[in-house]
Amino acid sequence: MTQHVSPPRGGTGKVIPAGEPPAWRGLAARADVRTLSLLGVLAVLVLIGGVTQPDAFLDTRNLQLVLTQASVIGVVTVGMTFVIVSGGIDLSVGAIVALASVWATTVATQDFGFGGILFTAVLVGVGCGLVNGVLIAYGGMVPFIATLAMLASARGLALLITDGRTQVVTVDSVLDLGERDAYLLGVPPLVLVFAAVTVIGWLVLNRTTFGRRAVAVGGNAEAARLAGIDVRRQRLYLYLLSGLCCGIAAFLLIVLAGSGQNTNGNLYELDAIAAAIIGGTLLTGGRGTITGSVLGVLIFTTITNIFALNNLQSDVQQIAKGAIIVAAVLVQRRTASTT
Amino acid sequence: MAPEPPLLSMTGITKSFPGVRALDGVDLDVQAGEVHCLLGQNGAGKSTLIKVLAGAHQPDTGTIRWRGDDVTLRSPIAAMRLGIATIYQELDLVEHLSVAENVHLGHEPTAAGFVVRTRAARESTAALLARLGHPEIDPGRLVGELSAAQQQIVSMARALSHDVRLIVMDEPSAALDPDEVDNLFRIVGDLTAAGVAVVYISHRLEEIRRIGDRVTVLKDGRAVAGGLPARSTPTREVVALMTGRTVEYVFPERPSAPPPGEPVLSVRGLSRAGEFAPLDLDVRGGEIVGLAGLVGSGRSEILETVYGARRPDTGRVYVDGSPLRTGSVRAAVRAGLGLAPEERKAQALLMLESVTRNVSVSALSRFSRAGWIDQRAERGAARAATRELSLRPDNPSVPVRTLSGGNQQKAVLARWLLRGCRVLLLDEPTRGVDVGARAELYAVVRRLADEGLAVLMVSSEVPEVLGLADRVLVLREGSVVHEAPARDLDEHRVLDLVMEGSPAS
Repeated sequence: MTQHVSPPRGGTGKVIPAGEPPAWRGLAARADVRTLSLLGVLAVLVLIGGVTQPDAFLDTRNLQLVLTQASVIGVVTVGMTFVIVSGGIDLSVGAIVALASVWATTVATQDFGFGGILFTAVLVGVGCGLVNGVLIAYGGMVPFIATLAMLASARGLALLITDGRTQVVTVDSVLDLGERDAYLLGVPPLVLVFAAVTVIGWLVLNRTTFGRRAVAVGGNAEAARLAGIDVRRQRLYLYLLSGLCCGIAAFLLIVLAGSGQNTNGNLYELDAIAAAIIGGTLLTGGRGTITGSVLGVLIFTTITNIFALNNLQSDVQQIAKGAIIVAAVLVQRRTASTT
Repeated sequence: MAPEPPLLSMTGITKSFPGVRALDGVDLDVQAGEVHCLLGQNGAGKSTLIKVLAGAHQPDTGTIRWRGDDVTLRSPIAAMRLGIATIYQELDLVEHLSVAENVHLGHEPTAAGFVVRTRAARESTAALLARLGHPEIDPGRLVGELSAAQQQIVSMARALSHDVRLIVMDEPSAALDPDEVDNLFRIVGDLTAAGVAVVYISHRLEEIRRIGDRVTVLKDGRAVAGGLPARSTPTREVVALMTGRTVEYVFPERPSAPPPGEPVLSVRGLSRAGEFAPLDLDVRGGEIVGLAGLVGSGRSEILETVYGARRPDTGRVYVDGSPLRTGSVRAAVRAGLGLAPEERKAQALLMLESVTRNVSVSALSRFSRAGWIDQRAERGAARAATRELSLRPDNPSVPVRTLSGGNQQKAVLARWLLRGCRVLLLDEPTRGVDVGARAELYAVVRRLADEGLAVLMVSSEVPEVLGLADRVLVLREGSVVHEAPARDLDEHRVLDLVMEGSPAS
């Protein structure tokens, strides 16, 4: 982490110094400076991985593994980004993933095969999101509290369903998705799902009225209300969306692990929030990018992988992650103070 | 006053915020033991000046002398150490702490450096409260349980718990009953008798007559008069100073005849308890109706209730004769109402976003199909709307926060223009707008009216209402006390009405 992450946009009216050669200007002007910095960080990480473990890290299988691991948390992070952009927070994502994954892998559900598992996972996710959304938008609860309550209850319900046991998936069509035979041109299907969610998320945030209103609510809820936006309904939809992403992520996790467990998705909420934050999403709402969040996920997953390959303990990983979050937020604050 | 150096002497204080020069070379002298009143309309710079004095804002230029020595008030603590205490209008008490804890917050009496001596704190608090004439307030009670008047007393006790030589009171009487005001004045009298100076801010001229020694009048960030005798200066003169133009505004010409036709906006019996009495009004297309009144006269509350942002206790709002669902902003916007609120940054603008996105936010469905935004159409429409209002810079992709106050206001107006609204509600349309940019904004509003919009505006600046509106309703404490065509009124008459309730002969 020696790369200096420069502030995204200049302060009031300041133009970003145009040091790039003319050919780069167009690209640099289009892409957010922050996005470029995150790509730079990722490149440095890949370099570190390549230098420290030239064979193991750059191996195709390893890169496939990194991307697959990133997929589950990545889908959750896309939903989380929407919630944070709108000025909210969803602490229940990990618990919802756990509940959806165990509900979708009960013996009864597995009887319905592939469709039953997928449908149940998504439905449970959306259902939890609905509860969060109603409590927050119409019940006037603070998002932190409402989703904290959901975290506790969903985890409890997941434990109740499994009684602590691992529910092994016996539906072959689901398990096959995780096999190498299912890879498309070397890309695992889970990664394709992640890519699709990312693209759709980007389009929804940047090109639809829904995304625009989410940003408006997060940037200034009172102004949004006085501009005629139905702020409550918008908030409800945002938590539904987060729940939907958790349901999809739960299905990916079922494919990846071949089972459902009540301990699934542990601390996903922290990983997703952290990835969104270092990706440039303001925790206070009003600004955020899907691209940044996804790069944040990739950076974290890559770090984990490099550390694992170098036989470093997970405690060291956690410390490194913490340092990155602090660095990213300090940069954000400096940026904010210049505006 | 003795010829010794004044207790406080501020000279040439300037302070700019992006887009606005809040203070432009203000001088203020305060003698020990006097009540120095600070007068001025909203946006005149009073709040900024007292924040500079409290150490909360740093002036851009100017000097502050305290008892003859140059000082720099780097922070609120620095000001407090010198003996300057400020009682803000919005009291800065911690509701969940007790009275004694609030009074001693930050300088608790301690044993061994860190153990709070609770009993000592309570006793000294009780003594302060007794001195302020309120021995009945229990130092152990939570501040959140006290009335507004009692909280103000606690705030004053906190000021007095320091070795204070100057107390700034920002509209202390605004939340008080007449009895409580009498007590406040007695306290002010005791303080000044003990040699403490009081800087007293109020809109109420009669209070200034009762307790003030000298008056400084602020207008558009300048001190237009300093140290006038508070009791002997004629009301007219003070009022003229408050409202008199430092720059002569150019108001657009009115159409000679009132526009014909049925009212677009009708309000019938609209009221909110404690804010404004049942109100009837009509605004026709092409007409600008102005509400004139002081702070606390219910002006903004009326506009927000018409707009559905507050739920009325009684009454309804009609657009083209059909009633609106009460208390629903969305219903109002759908029916063609648009509001340019008083607090532009807090209530209207998305400060992180571009001008385009600020302008299009209320009309997104116009550029979208099935939720999918046609960004080219959006940009084109935003550009057209901002061009029509001559918004500068002529580039809607710049962030809205980089715009001046006047252009930010134009961005809000462009939003409603784009939405195709029929009724425009303007709350303090030139608040925070540079003096030079106001005439242009007036012209824009008149042009929109000429194009058929019904405009209902509210302003604390009487000349603005008289210059821009066709018809004026004068408000005093939530009731309409007079209604007349603007051309039949003049500033003094309106000010008499808003202050006295009846026109002085």
